[in-house]
Amino acid sequence: MSTITNSIFTPETAARFDHLVTLYPVKRSALVPMLLYAQDEVGYVSDAVVAEIAQRLDLLELDVRNVLSYYSMLRTKPAGRYNVQVCTNISCMLRGGYEILDHCKHKLGIGHKEVTADGVFSLEEVECIGACCWAPAMQVNYDFHDNLTTVKVDEIIETYRAGKGKDVK
Amino acid sequence: MPTLVSHPDEVKVISRRFGQGAADIDRYLELDGYKAVQKAIAEGPDWIINVMKASGLRGRGGAGFPTGLKWSFVPKQSEKPKYVLVNGDESEPGTCKDHVIFLHDPHAIVEGTMIAGLAIGAKMGFIYLRGEYRYLLKIVEKAVADAYAKGFLGKNIFGSGIDFDIVTQSGAGAYEVGEESALMESLEGKRGVPRIKPPFPAVVGLYGGPTVINNAETIASVPHILLMGGEEYAKIGSERNGGTRLFGISGHVERPGVYELPMGYNLKKAIYDVAGGIKDGKKLKAVVPGGSSCPVLLPEEIDVGLDFDQMGKAGTMLGSGGIVVLDETVSIVEFALRTISFYQHESCGWCIPCREGTDWIKKTMTRIYNGGGNKKDAANIQYLAENMMGRTFCPLGDAAAMPTLGFIKKFRKEFEEYIEGNKAGTPIITVQQLVGAH
Ligand code: FES
Repeated sequence: MSTITNSIFTPETAARFDHLVTLYPVKRSALVPMLLYAQDEVGYVSDAVVAEIAQRLDLLELDVRNVLSYYSMLRTKPAGRYNVQVCTNISCMLRGGYEILDHCKHKLGIGHKEVTADGVFSLEEVECIGACCWAPAMQVNYDFHDNLTTVKVDEIIETYRAGKGKDVK
Repeated sequence: MPTLVSHPDEVKVISRRFGQGAADIDRYLELDGYKAVQKAIAEGPDWIINVMKASGLRGRGGAGFPTGLKWSFVPKQSEKPKYVLVNGDESEPGTCKDHVIFLHDPHAIVEGTMIAGLAIGAKMGFIYLRGEYRYLLKIVEKAVADAYAKGFLGKNIFGSGIDFDIVTQSGAGAYEVGEESALMESLEGKRGVPRIKPPFPAVVGLYGGPTVINNAETIASVPHILLMGGEEYAKIGSERNGGTRLFGISGHVERPGVYELPMGYNLKKAIYDVAGGIKDGKKLKAVVPGGSSCPVLLPEEIDVGLDFDQMGKAGTMLGSGGIVVLDETVSIVEFALRTISFYQHESCGWCIPCREGTDWIKKTMTRIYNGGGNKKDAANIQYLAENMMGRTFCPLGDAAAMPTLGFIKKFRKEFEEYIEGNKAGTPIITVQQLVGAH
């Protein structure tokens, strides 16, 4: 049973949030993961998400926004259904990360933090994602793809386009 | 999915269970899992701390502080609850070792957390993973849930009368949160801005209670140390640097990967033998030996042992163990610019030397890179970096200044020639790309 009436989240997520706040000595500790899980469901951190999370954690919306603006994975605008995040940090840069990024830009016809017209893909250049020894690497949503080549990237993108990509949440 | 590599010179302690299905709790139990924690319960906190001290294990996050000593700083009596916090916010560029531990041996982290809790008298531990590691978080969450299901966690663990709980936590993207006080802020649901020290976390940490914060690799080493004995573990490594370490070798090598080598192993051998030498038979130009914040080494400087002290003597740091290898084609101006762009992007803006310093160094390097540098620029970069050192709240300022100083001092000529229009190396990044994300 959700403690919030008229939750904007699915019953599963609402129940998960009810449980999450009980785990910590202080409720507020649930804030960062909660924002991320809410984003996974809604697609971005909308005003309604901020309002409900503030209510759940007994915080001001301002407190929530203050935290929200700090974390780079949290966004206040929708991304594509599949957010392609290409690492160009040092290890990836040395193994062709920029080439992969450029290839994605051309293939998808969008730039950094842009979304395709059909809303299926968005693209982001990101900092090190902890896959340096298998560079160049990228993530599509939460899934890692490594030892990339432009050919491999094409295959990966087509797999997602066909709705057959993995999607860990 | 990360590929596992191996080399005959490896000494497999932490990686002993890699590739053996140990994420499954029953398999972990077959491979001596949860034996160390039972031994820890039987022998008690003083014994644990003594074994850890004897092991010579030093923090694998990068600072290299002796783990046993760190644990011994936590006051025995405390009005507020004590906590263990595992730092799995791995985000130092060039570093992916914790990634492999979470994937292949998550129970070692769970068990290590329990042992740290027993040692300091905490009843609760947190395992914090960076937000990008969602698939790994799921693996760790399952490990924790399975440990609860078997009764290893929760009330009265292994009939000891001691309760211990573990909560897993996801970050949401912020390099800065890897710093221990910023990590606590994040876990308390705040912006990941560092706290001023003192007080140190061992006295006032999470929720105001005494807290031990250890890197994931440090924690994963603990059960092995307890089973093999502190002295045995210490023997594997070099003087004052006990045991083994996971080294992630990346960049221009033939066989990049995460290798477990004894502390003190020769860096040159690690690159040429273990990782198969420079890719495509090219010549070596430079090595960034322990993640992007470590000062660069020249080819003639890499005949050195990989431990905290020897690397310090060589004028750099062991850092996170992420060894990044650069071949002759790399433009150091470009590489240095990419490095500072990262720190400028990640600087939280809380203190001025870091916020302004990273920004001005980046601007100056960008100008040089674009062909508009002037003669004083190299000296200016050095001046800026020197004035950041030791003047910031948290280590991010130093992390940005140290590599910058390394590049500008050791490759001064390359910078100056670049300014004069004689550009060494093959550029990778276009001017347009530079204005992109960072
Ligand atoms: S540098 Fe790209 S994953 Fe680490």
